[in-house]
Amino acid sequence: MAAPGLLGRKIGMTQIFDEKGAAVPVTVIEAGPCPVLTVRSVDRDGYQAVQLGFRNKPRRLASRAQRGQVAKLDSKRSKRLAAAGSVAVLKADCEPQRFIREFRSSAEDFTVGQVFTVEVFADVKAVDVTGTTKGRGTAGVMKRHGFHGQRASHGVKKVHRHQGGTGMNTSPARVFKGKRMAGRFGNERSTMRNLKVVRVDQENGLLLVRGAVPGPIGGYVVVRPTNKIVRVPTAAPISKKKAASK
Amino acid sequence: MSQQILNLVEASSLKSEVPVFDIGDTVDVHTRILEGEKERVQIFNGVVIARSGSGSREMFAVRRIVAGEGVERKFPLHSPKIAKIEVKRSGIVKRAKLYYLRDRIGKAVRLRERRTDIGSKESSGQKKS
Repeated sequence: MAAPGLLGRKIGMTQIFDEKGAAVPVTVIEAGPCPVLTVRSVDRDGYQAVQLGFRNKPRRLASRAQRGQVAKLDSKRSKRLAAAGSVAVLKADCEPQRFIREFRSSAEDFTVGQVFTVEVFADVKAVDVTGTTKGRGTAGVMKRHGFHGQRASHGVKKVHRHQGGTGMNTSPARVFKGKRMAGRFGNERSTMRNLKVVRVDQENGLLLVRGAVPGPIGGYVVVRPTNKIVRVPTAAPISKKKAASK
Repeated sequence: MSQQILNLVEASSLKSEVPVFDIGDTVDVHTRILEGEKERVQIFNGVVIARSGSGSREMFAVRRIVAGEGVERKFPLHSPKIAKIEVKRSGIVKRAKLYYLRDRIGKAVRLRERRTDIGSKESSGQKKS
């Protein structure tokens, strides 16, 4: 069973040339290897999911809880439980992981400790990439909501980047809830859907997708095969060029 | 670390033999053009006035005068569509960007020629085409 997705890190953007010689803007994502840390089941957890980890964290930096999540740690409690005949939870037996996420998945044949690499995307045409956007702090309405601002001249005084009005007059005599205004912008979860997979570099564990991906360079991302449904047009539209030549 | 990985990715798009030319050189740029099914080579001749970018993103700009009108074209250096870059003449220049040529017309556009004994660069002609 193929992995439901992979965890990765944004390396940055560049451009490469495709086989036709066209320059393609790509984002390089270091995807995987991702060990399976836990498999959630309906019986035990009430839902089905698989938990993946990404990027080793030095043991000296990891807390005991983080170390215990990936490997068996001896403790008085575990010894007591073992003596009482309790079955220990399976551990992946790997280094502590920096970035851990769960994927809901109906498939059951995941084994704890199994490692997924970027080759799971070898046959995937397009992916969805989820990340945390760059935090922009307090931002005005032009940057945050794409307002047009006000004119540079014609009597506009010191409000060139402001919004216009925020509502009506005596009735309703208030500003509607949800009115778009200046404020905190960025640093939120965002997904870019249907990014074309340009190249899968199994040797170096790299995934190249066409276009931009949310977040800063070095930011963690979740990569999944796209859930976008491709609608196939029933009849191919006749292009203008072809029509003209006829 | 990130930069090393990006260099690794770009390496696949780089030309194994990077054409050698300098700012101020008069060059023939051979570009592959697909016309329907046929591929043919088009030549753009002019003076290299700028190079920018690095790695697979490196570009160069070529300027020439066509029917009294200045024409500039920017090419990606590593594009597979650039078949060949032929250096016709070398000019003596003191800048990395020759944007001052845009303000000049007629004879003032000419660059002083750099003559080299090495190689088989053509040394005839002073006028820019």
